[in-house]
Amino acid sequence: MRALVWHGKEDIRCDTVTDPEIEDGRDVIVKVTSCAICGSDLHLFHNFIPAMLPGDVLGHETMGEVVETGHGLNGKLKKGDRVVVPFTIVCGECDQCKRGYFSVCQKSNRKKYLADKVFGHTTAGLFGYSHLTGGYPGGQAEYLRVPFADSTVQKVPDGIPDEKLLFLSDIFPTGWQAAVQADIQPTDTVAIWGCGPVGQMTIRSAILLGAEQVVAIDHLPERLEMAEAGGAITINFDEENVVERLNELTGGEGPEKCIDCIGMESHVTPSMPDTVYDRAKQILLAESDRPHVLREMIYVCRPGGLISIPGVYGGLADKIPMGAAMNKGLTFRMGQTHVQRWTADLLRRIEEEQIDPSFVITHEVPLDKGPEMYRMFRDKQDSCIKVVLKP
Amino acid sequence: MTNLSSMTSLSNITRSKGDPKVIHSGPRSRGIPESLARGLGWFSLGLGLTELLAPRRITRALGMEGKEALVRVYGAREIGSGILSLSVDKNLGLWSRVAGDGLDIATVMTALRPDNPKRDNVVVALALLLGITAVDLIDAQATAVRHSRGAGRKRSYRDRSGFPRGVQASRGAARDFKTPSDLRHAPPLAAVSKRIPAT
Ligand SMILES: [Zn+2]
Ligand SMILES: [Zn+2]
Repeated sequence: MRALVWHGKEDIRCDTVTDPEIEDGRDVIVKVTSCAICGSDLHLFHNFIPAMLPGDVLGHETMGEVVETGHGLNGKLKKGDRVVVPFTIVCGECDQCKRGYFSVCQKSNRKKYLADKVFGHTTAGLFGYSHLTGGYPGGQAEYLRVPFADSTVQKVPDGIPDEKLLFLSDIFPTGWQAAVQADIQPTDTVAIWGCGPVGQMTIRSAILLGAEQVVAIDHLPERLEMAEAGGAITINFDEENVVERLNELTGGEGPEKCIDCIGMESHVTPSMPDTVYDRAKQILLAESDRPHVLREMIYVCRPGGLISIPGVYGGLADKIPMGAAMNKGLTFRMGQTHVQRWTADLLRRIEEEQIDPSFVITHEVPLDKGPEMYRMFRDKQDSCIKVVLKP
Repeated sequence: MTNLSSMTSLSNITRSKGDPKVIHSGPRSRGIPESLARGLGWFSLGLGLTELLAPRRITRALGMEGKEALVRVYGAREIGSGILSLSVDKNLGLWSRVAGDGLDIATVMTALRPDNPKRDNVVVALALLLGITAVDLIDAQATAVRHSRGAGRKRSYRDRSGFPRGVQASRGAARDFKTPSDLRHAPPLAAVSKRIPAT
């Protein structure tokens, strides 16, 4: 089959690879009908996530049809089922899974020893996201083996196009959890850094959950325009001072809730000198993550407020103003998304037409255009916000 | 299997029986400008290390004895350019190479004096420097064009609300959602100051 394969920094190829095979009774093979490139895939493209190996198949936003099943699924899945495959692989049996903390499933990472060493304890297995999280081949491919399939996948009905359902695999639940864990109140101002795909979903989630004001921060005109279309007040950080403007919008008090939809690769620009400092340290391997957004959020957040972090961080970040965070009594909530905790509820909201997540798609191309699209998405060319690939 | 890089075959050891393994490679994200930048980056590292560790070899060949300290400084600069050219900010690395080429040429020109017994070597070095400068310039421009932000169509997303019922009708449409107890936060300040009744 064909698949997008990581070969090194900025080197992704559409290779011919062997087909995946069932290994365990709880496995299924999915014939992929749609998959997407995620903003967090760009951290892999840039080789900022440790433990990638040449030959790793990428992709963690996937849906399709079950074409082969293992013998231990207890009748929960059968050939022909239409499924969305969340990026977190979950056993459904461990204590973390039982309390809904799926992204820290204790059993699904088959390379637990690596995660135990690097993170202190293992987290869930993820598709196409380095050997730290299991080295599971991803879904930017024609076929995908899904381990622990009976507890991992979300069955979806026929009659709704892929484009509306695909993002149940990651960015919609991720934006939703980012907003939900901020416990949004009707009087809250919610400030969201980053208007990429996750930022866009977070904006919609905050609007649906009834925030008084949703403020979105970016500098790309097309992304700000999409944010505004979704009901956000926008701040272009190339033109305005983010902290001043946020204070202005909140009577000088600062937003109650701040959400980081950027993560480890903050935009680098001389007008924000700390970003240049971070980039220099990163090149010299003295720091892995560029935490400009964290610094700004801690500074501007209202005392007693909450900081929610769906953006991916990979390793070590420097100069985090812990003094301000501690003295202001901020609450931090972060983590990979517990996708399976939200999918059924969000599927209902799509069916009831509260939201149509396909609004974010700007490019839909065949799989073999994937390598070129990684580059284009990274370089923000052709007003690209979200790429869907069709194998 | 001949076109597989040995790294890929080696890393297949970490894969299980049913995992896909590369048979042969197809279209790739890395174009000629990026590959050339990598080549130039490695060249910078090699040259930089030589300048840093064996400056006398260079000064002797060019009849520039006594300039070893300067050559070492240039070596450090060259390593910096190499690291940048190999990084995601390769364009910056290539332009720093172009600037470095200028410095190199200016410095080697001073050895072009008639009484230098190694004058022939100096002429060859200058020719090489001019050639590499041209390559650096071309690649710096090529990568700038290839990666320029905002290339391609300018599209408008003004109509992409994502809400089939429109934004206004969607504000608070999911208030039926009950925040799970583990994700609740402090009561809003407005509730305390009685702007709204506490929930
Ligand atoms: Zn993702
Ligand atoms: Zn589990």
